[in-house]
Amino acid sequence: MVTGILKRGEYFDSVSLMLIAKKISELEIVLDSAAVMGTPENKSMLQTSGLLTDELQNAGDMDLMIAYKCNSQNESDLILQKINEFLKKSDETEKSSGSQNPSSIESAIKILPDANLVMISVAGKYAGDEAMKALQNGLNVMLFSDNVSIEKEIELKIFAKEKGLFVMGPDCGTAIINGVPLAFANVVNRGNIGIVAASGTGLQEVSCLISNSGCGISQAIGTGGRDVKKEVGGIMFLEGIKVLAEDKNTDVILLVSKPPADEVIIKIVELVNKIEKPIVGVFLNASIDLLKQNKINIAKTLEEGALLAVAYSQKKNIKDVISDLNKRESELKAIVEKESMKLNPEQKYLRALFSGGTFCDETQMFFQKMSEEVFSNTPVGTVKKLKDIWKSEKHTIVDLGDDDFTVGKPHPMIDYSTRNKRILAEAKDPETAVILLDIVLGYGSNMDPLSEIIPVIKEVKKLATQQKKHLPIICSVTGTDKDAQNRTMVATALKAEGVLVMESNAAASKLAKFLIEKKR
Amino acid sequence: MKEMNKLFESELKVINIGLKSFKETLDEQHVYSVQVDWKPPLISDSTSFAVIRRYSDKITDANKEALKRILNSKPVLVGMGRAIDVIPGMKKNLLLHAGPPVTWDKMCGPMKGAVIGALIYEGFAKTFDEAEKLAASGEIEFSPCHEHAAVGPMAGIVSPSMPVFILENEEFGNKAFCTMNEGLGKVLRYGAYDESVIERLRWMENVLYPSLKKAIDKIGKIDLKNIIAQALHMGDEVHNRNRAATSLLYRTLAPEIVYQNEKENAISVLNFINSNDHFFLNLSMGVSKVSLDAARNIENSSIVIVMARNGTEFGIQLSGTGDKWFTGVSPIPEALYFTGYSKDDANPDIGDSSITETNGLGGFAIAASPAIVQFVGGSTNDAVNYTLKMYEITEAENNVYKIPYLNFRGTPTGIDVIKVIEKNILPFIDTGVAHKNAGIGQIGAGVLEAPADPFKNAFIGFANQFKKKSGEEENENK
Repeated sequence: MVTGILKRGEYFDSVSLMLIAKKISELEIVLDSAAVMGTPENKSMLQTSGLLTDELQNAGDMDLMIAYKCNSQNESDLILQKINEFLKKSDETEKSSGSQNPSSIESAIKILPDANLVMISVAGKYAGDEAMKALQNGLNVMLFSDNVSIEKEIELKIFAKEKGLFVMGPDCGTAIINGVPLAFANVVNRGNIGIVAASGTGLQEVSCLISNSGCGISQAIGTGGRDVKKEVGGIMFLEGIKVLAEDKNTDVILLVSKPPADEVIIKIVELVNKIEKPIVGVFLNASIDLLKQNKINIAKTLEEGALLAVAYSQKKNIKDVISDLNKRESELKAIVEKESMKLNPEQKYLRALFSGGTFCDETQMFFQKMSEEVFSNTPVGTVKKLKDIWKSEKHTIVDLGDDDFTVGKPHPMIDYSTRNKRILAEAKDPETAVILLDIVLGYGSNMDPLSEIIPVIKEVKKLATQQKKHLPIICSVTGTDKDAQNRTMVATALKAEGVLVMESNAAASKLAKFLIEKKR
Repeated sequence: MKEMNKLFESELKVINIGLKSFKETLDEQHVYSVQVDWKPPLISDSTSFAVIRRYSDKITDANKEALKRILNSKPVLVGMGRAIDVIPGMKKNLLLHAGPPVTWDKMCGPMKGAVIGALIYEGFAKTFDEAEKLAASGEIEFSPCHEHAAVGPMAGIVSPSMPVFILENEEFGNKAFCTMNEGLGKVLRYGAYDESVIERLRWMENVLYPSLKKAIDKIGKIDLKNIIAQALHMGDEVHNRNRAATSLLYRTLAPEIVYQNEKENAISVLNFINSNDHFFLNLSMGVSKVSLDAARNIENSSIVIVMARNGTEFGIQLSGTGDKWFTGVSPIPEALYFTGYSKDDANPDIGDSSITETNGLGGFAIAASPAIVQFVGGSTNDAVNYTLKMYEITEAENNVYKIPYLNFRGTPTGIDVIKVIEKNILPFIDTGVAHKNAGIGQIGAGVLEAPADPFKNAFIGFANQFKKKSGEEENENK
């Protein structure tokens, strides 16, 4: 059937008409259609194609003719409704002015001439060139991308050092500059503690612990993990320390890193001996010998580092920090008394499943020289390499954020699915004595972690009941109450499910260790 | 103080390249930031990039010189003549066509139709069959308009007897030539060749040409750059919309057309111009051609001086690579089609008219032409964005052609093939769409992104020149 619509006195220019005609012809149920002004030529054109209805015969030059062919009255009504929408839309005018994102750093600078930092997260093979462009334009760089070659990293950092600019990264996931958390970072108090970190999760943990203790961060500079290795020589780590030493808002300096290369440690020691401000250092798994007899207060764990910095910041006695931590150990042991009694004899092993790489390292530090073997996908010290990263052996401590697990997938701080599956597998293993987890909050992480983790915890409990056993889950939550996810809320919900929630990964690891030892 | 410490003491302002979520986080915290729409470069040939980086100072200087020439050009209309008498290299058995070189067997439908029409018009053949046989015989030679200082819209056929406008670049002395626009409907440039087409061409030769020639000769010269500058303020981008420019030209010509000609001829000539909104198009192309030709053969320049399509291939030329064409397959434009036609009927993009974009007009100036923005997707916003994007790949902002809506910012002018490749942004072109079969004519209008291949090939060709050079330098050093 053919339907003709005549809109008297409604002039549309030919472009609008073509647009409307295009939209009508795109409707699937339309067999043939036209939208034209009622000139004699157009009428004869409609006639030829069999679209000229009686009503349209009367159209004049300034009348709009719309005609279409379809199969039924229902369809016709539907089409009419659509056409009225199209006509209405073509009436609406866009009032906002043009906005076009720039396509290059150079063009972005024209829009934001006083920009002072460029964040780069494009694929690694291009990221280095973009970083160089930023430096050439006098801009500091935070290079989130990984897979930037070490040669490029060195080139960038040498160039940046000459110009007095930062290159945070490559593979720098976290920084807090002027109170602004960048990439994967938490909303923390501002204060007088400045951080230089070659470890993203480490930076998040110490900044949150400091903030949760009532102190704050002046600046937190990430350098990327490779900066403190021999090849790069700690260029940005050292520059970071120098800058914080000069920064008038920083009174205490906290250094966080996996063990730096020996030559880098030597340079750090040389540098800090010239600095007046108190300096705390957390160098996880580092051999302590090189660090003896210098100005740095060495902390064994991230937590200890954070608390020492807090003590300096608040001008409290440093010895209190150690005694407080010792006091806490007895509290942990009390928990262990209760928990260990509920375990079966065959429940022997720790299964630690981390989303934060630094936590995996920190926990391994507690599990050096165990009587049973300890395994990891990223082993440190006496810990051995897992034969199959997907399958735990004896005590197993894995970093699920490592490249081996994340190829083609989002990071486990965002996507919990890989770890959730692993949690269930460990729960089914009769030899599992305790599951140790981390949850990292803040920007970049999953915005609703409870909806991911709570169902799994319930499932674990169900499995345990079926197997007539008790399976403790220990979990640290890295974050603050200012984070969108709210640390207190997350911790409370986990506790309600029977999870042993600890304020730090160090505390959680210690609790797990006491439990395993008690079991023996 | 170090820049690092300065950072701590100023307000953080961020340029974000990559993950958009980082920018959203910054927005939440009310931190000033700009997102860069980053794309990987069109080609990842690191040796080409390296050699171009090495010569970047020379390239920058050469491009500055090219732009100086393009922007300082003074195109004026100085007269008319017959193609055979005025176009360099024109001869009796030669037909000029749009785009890069193409042979008869590779020509698309509309171009073949236009060739046949031109052969009939010239009296070389009487029928379609005769003309087709002649065209295929090898007796007729074909050559791109661009290689003869000429330009033609769509098929762009120029035959020896056709009258053409003569444009001169007063600053640099070079000339350009273009035919008179035939109007819409069945016309030669869309491949129509029936009797009505030939008849119109004859009328143009016998009535329109002498009348206009007399008027122009009397006026002496007409400043076309000035007309275009005004037309941009009146809603034209002088590629898909020429209504204002045609009107301005009409006002300039009308008195002398009336004074110099018999009343009847004057009436028919004025009516003809008045009824064709695109009468100015050929001249805006000629202006672009004569301006860009002034920037030919500047050693080391990566500026694009020709973009042209023959309906089969899309070709470009660079200032620094001589007369070499770099080509790729011509795409079918995204278009709004006249009632009764669809994309299936469309011919791949055709015509020399993309010379306007090459000169900072047409699609590059579409922000000046709100009346036709629906071609680009509906909103003025889109049009403004297209123009803004073209600043990313151009060397300069025009000193004469300005866009009122952008606070009279000069149009993006002088496409740099290096920027096109590095930023992965292709030139944006306004265009008319021809039916793929000869003789049917225009079936729509729309826009398209230039294809990547010609630019990739040009970039590599350009880089190879430097590779050769650096090889020679090394040899000399030995």
